[in-house]
Amino acid sequence: MSRTTSRRARAVAALALGAALAGCTAPQPWVKPYEREHFADPIMSFNRDPVSSVYLDHVLESREGARGATGAVGGGCGCN
Amino acid sequence: MQLEQGTGASRPARAVPDTVLTPFNRTLLALCVIVAPALAGVLPEDRADVMWHNYNGGDITVQGPSVLVQKRVGESFAFSAGYYEDMISSASIDVKLSASPYHETRKQQNVGVEYLHGKTTYAMGYIHSKEPDYIANTTFYSISQDMFGDLTTVTLGYRRAWDQIYRDVKQPDGEIINDPTFHERADHRGYTLSVSQILTRNLIADFNYELLTDQGYLANPYRKIRYLSPGQGQGFTLADQVYPNTRTSNAASIQLKYYLSWRAALSGQYRFFRDTWGIVAHTIEGNYTQAWRHWVFDGTLRWYRQTNADFYSDLFPYANYQNFMARDRELASFTDWTVGVGASYQFNVPGAPWISKSTANVRFDHLFIDYKDFRNALLANEYGPGNEPLYKLNANIFQIFVSIWF
Repeated sequence: MSRTTSRRARAVAALALGAALAGCTAPQPWVKPYEREHFADPIMSFNRDPVSSVYLDHVLESREGARGATGAVGGGCGCN
Repeated sequence: MQLEQGTGASRPARAVPDTVLTPFNRTLLALCVIVAPALAGVLPEDRADVMWHNYNGGDITVQGPSVLVQKRVGESFAFSAGYYEDMISSASIDVKLSASPYHETRKQQNVGVEYLHGKTTYAMGYIHSKEPDYIANTTFYSISQDMFGDLTTVTLGYRRAWDQIYRDVKQPDGEIINDPTFHERADHRGYTLSVSQILTRNLIADFNYELLTDQGYLANPYRKIRYLSPGQGQGFTLADQVYPNTRTSNAASIQLKYYLSWRAALSGQYRFFRDTWGIVAHTIEGNYTQAWRHWVFDGTLRWYRQTNADFYSDLFPYANYQNFMARDRELASFTDWTVGVGASYQFNVPGAPWISKSTANVRFDHLFIDYKDFRNALLANEYGPGNEPLYKLNANIFQIFVSIWF
């Protein structure tokens, strides 16, 4: 095995090892809890007033063929 | 107008209004009330809403109350209960063509419970909807999990619904009863996947996917197709719709919301929809929210477009033209626009220290639907069948409600 080939093999092995180790590491939150104050503001909710948004969807879905996956189902924090 | 019966006798009957959802869609929407507050890792707030709604358009008025109460019990449980009512007065174009104007009321009750354990929230509930010619029962279940430092929330949901469908007819003495010769059933299943992701300190994304399947009687028993019959009456004849007994649909949406530094929020949403009936639909919506002192103002613009179902036609060439035939407007090709504004005012309730926050809210929306292949058949005498003007619908939607947090 030539020296060049050996270097390449080591580089590939190092990359593979690095990738494997990265895969074993849980993603670190890149938005810290103390940086999320804006999401506590009700205006950032996807569904601030459920009684209202559900009614409006009711009116629209009664006239349209499409259904489901409306934003009203989800909440501001990944609700159902 | 008369509804033609299978016996050949013509008796006045009512028609299902076009503002009334299929029961499964109703329950889907009701689920939003119950499940939407199910924040993984956070139970919904103690809150009560009382609303009056009014829809007016296309010679239909639908109005009624809606009440929703959510209450935590201990650290791990939250319960919810809701009541919704539609009082319908309809003389829509469909009613005028094939049935008779009518009034009726639909009542819906729902209950739900959520259990929080660590970063996981379990939810389940039950919905019951009843009107003179339709009864629907639904159960639903969901599980939500916070992960990746609470930046991500994943929710899986399942629901099951059972409907019983009747058809009302008017007796010679004027009494309206269920047609004893007509009783159908429909079953529904729904599967949902939702992912919410905090992207930056000001931006959040929400992805939703929903698979829905229906089996059973899926047509509207009051509405009719029409087919050409030259030389007879108005040049067309009405006949019963024939729907497939199954339907499967897929819908996926992505929504982004961004916080603006002057305490405002901007959001945009896109939804794609496709089903086994051949309907493909796109929805684009934008919202702007502005807080100002005790007020919060909202503005919405929504655009929607769909293609028609494979078996839809405004006017079939002849009777029994194909195995499945429909003329429901909801299955036609059309584009619609919705423009809405809302205002919310936060106030204090004197003498009620147990109320931590209260708001009075109003919202107005205008809906415009521009049909591409649904014609005003009531004008057939004037223009000839198939040459009538395309139908357009303008509707005003009004909501007023009070919310309290306690």
